[in-house]
Amino acid sequence: MGDHHHGPAKGITRWLTTTNHKDIGTMYLWFSFAMFLLGGAFAMVIRAELFQPGLQLIEPAFFNQMTTMHGLIMVFGAIMPAFVGLANWMIPLMIGAPDMALPRMNNWSFWILPFAFAILASSFFMEGGAPNFGWTFYAPLSTTYAPPSVTFFIFGVHILGLSSIMGAINIAATVMNMRAPGMTYMKMPLFVWTWFITAYLLIAVMPVLAGAVTMMLMDIHFGTSFFSAAGGGDPVLFQHIFWFFGHPEVYIIILPGFGVVSQVIPTFSRKRLFGYDSMVYATASIAFLSFIVWAHHMYTVGMPVAGELFFMYATMLIAVPTGVKVFNWISTMWRGAMTFETPMLFAIGFVVLFTMGGFTGLMLAIAPADFQYHDSYFVVAHFHYTMVAGAIFSMTCAVYYWLPKWCGRMYNETLGKTQFWVSFVGFNLTFFPQHFVGLAGMPRRIPDYALQFADFNLMSSVGAFIYGASQLLFLYNVVATIVAGEPVEKEQVWEGAEGLEWTVASPAPYHTFTTPPDVK
Amino acid sequence: MSEAREKAIGRTVKKLSVVVVAMFAFVFVVMVPLYDVLCDALGLNGKTSNERYRAVAGEVLTEREVTIQFIAQNNDGMTWGFRPADNVLRVNPGAVNETVFLASNPQPRAMIAQAIPSISPSRAAEYFHKTECFCFNQQPLDGGSSTEMPLQFIVDQGLPADIRTITLSYTLFDVTPDEVSDDQHLAAR
Repeated sequence: MGDHHHGPAKGITRWLTTTNHKDIGTMYLWFSFAMFLLGGAFAMVIRAELFQPGLQLIEPAFFNQMTTMHGLIMVFGAIMPAFVGLANWMIPLMIGAPDMALPRMNNWSFWILPFAFAILASSFFMEGGAPNFGWTFYAPLSTTYAPPSVTFFIFGVHILGLSSIMGAINIAATVMNMRAPGMTYMKMPLFVWTWFITAYLLIAVMPVLAGAVTMMLMDIHFGTSFFSAAGGGDPVLFQHIFWFFGHPEVYIIILPGFGVVSQVIPTFSRKRLFGYDSMVYATASIAFLSFIVWAHHMYTVGMPVAGELFFMYATMLIAVPTGVKVFNWISTMWRGAMTFETPMLFAIGFVVLFTMGGFTGLMLAIAPADFQYHDSYFVVAHFHYTMVAGAIFSMTCAVYYWLPKWCGRMYNETLGKTQFWVSFVGFNLTFFPQHFVGLAGMPRRIPDYALQFADFNLMSSVGAFIYGASQLLFLYNVVATIVAGEPVEKEQVWEGAEGLEWTVASPAPYHTFTTPPDVK
Repeated sequence: MSEAREKAIGRTVKKLSVVVVAMFAFVFVVMVPLYDVLCDALGLNGKTSNERYRAVAGEVLTEREVTIQFIAQNNDGMTWGFRPADNVLRVNPGAVNETVFLASNPQPRAMIAQAIPSISPSRAAEYFHKTECFCFNQQPLDGGSSTEMPLQFIVDQGLPADIRTITLSYTLFDVTPDEVSDDQHLAAR
């Protein structure tokens, strides 16, 4: 800790050996963006194949690999590391800490990630190809009928799970022990709160995922029969274990996004966040409920009616705390002196589109109705409204909001707004028609479809290409800002912004809050 | 960083690490057994009882017939011949029925097998009583020989009226405990 007065080391070793939370945050963000482009490229392949009915470009076997890897890369490679990067950058700045609680572990938890995804992506070049069983890797597709590369997939998941667990422990330890004097729990910015709760979710369920893939490994190589009915096991057990991890996982993905939006909307409404306390309790309630609703992903496996009813009501209960959050965001905007800079556009876009995703979620929660929606494109539309318009929009929002603080330069507002509108139109054009084809019976994960779905699929594909292009615009805007953006002089970049991160210089110095700030 | 804070961080990390290990163990020692217990209690996944059913004298419902289908299959790497003598039986609820499964060991050495049963539809599992079953025990068989393996069962009178066909499936596992068979296991993968 003797290097307080030094800047960063020079060259590549800076990045390999750094324990600085800002460096590590930056690496997480760039890595996740690279994964986002990779997963996005897979999505483009999928949409290109689905542009017309029939098989045009790729073989069905490769299509399956594309859908699987798109899901895996986006969930584990793009969204989760992006929010961990954001947490690394912002949590110490927001709670007045000099760094994360465990800086060395922080370095390690980042640097094992590229290896995890190198292992995962290398499976494309193996005999039998990459994993092709869907990102949910249901047994026996992922055990008895899996390509040989499944073992590499399992090790990849182990490593990225380890990385997530270390990142989560680090964040929880930072929030619990590194807050500046006077920064009580109920004074923490909401982004810190949502991440604190997310960290607990990660710590609770990533080991469950590790357990699930370990059982797969044992079934495949060591002759056990956890998921094989022939040996006295049960493939449905896999689904229970997977979704016991998987449902909290979707909140792991969205809660930090809630936090971001809860920072941005007050800033550009020039009002305090409406109902801070209720926001905290709503987040905690959502996290708790996420543990008792997992089987709503598997209504059709043959559960007793009592089970279906329990999971149906418990799932619908989640609409209550989520509704509290949405109404609080709207109430924050109510009679505020609103301006519509790019982060605010993305935040409002998030609220509108995520709410739509929430409503389709309610539809899917109705057990008897779900028998029709199950495994259709309606589900695809639903979870892209929550994950893309939820997680990705809020992430983009966060980048625009804090980029001036990170690099001391202002992004191009016109380009930013253009990117928002192109994204917004492209996104809705892609996924809104999928509600219709889903309700009409188009199944997901199939490379071909019946002729009556052709028009809507053509719209979806065009929308997807537009949305994909908007991300290149985003990349350009960020790079152009870093290289040649208008320098920002003020510490307080946005006039309505509150919080400790706006009391440090722009760009944020390499070391901040080496003496703790006074929090009133 | 102050020493007190470092200690506090250490304590936090220890606690959270315990949670991580506990959750990993939770999957294996709680979720899997709990699932089995729940399935047993609710009769969910077609697992039949491994206990011999104590036959009780009961009324035979001669006016009702249920179709019982038998399926036999080998697990990966198992080389035995294995098939039911009767593919289909039509039985009356309450009556005691007997059939045999035929097994042959084509290998030149003695092997031991274990059959694992499963019932479909799973709701029928609790109404399918086995009074005698080769699956209750392991089945040793000399090289090149064959045998008949008996099954005796009663379909419960309380079987729900909408179930007219029950499928009983057996999968045969190689449980020979020597290293020769381990080599075969690996070779078969």
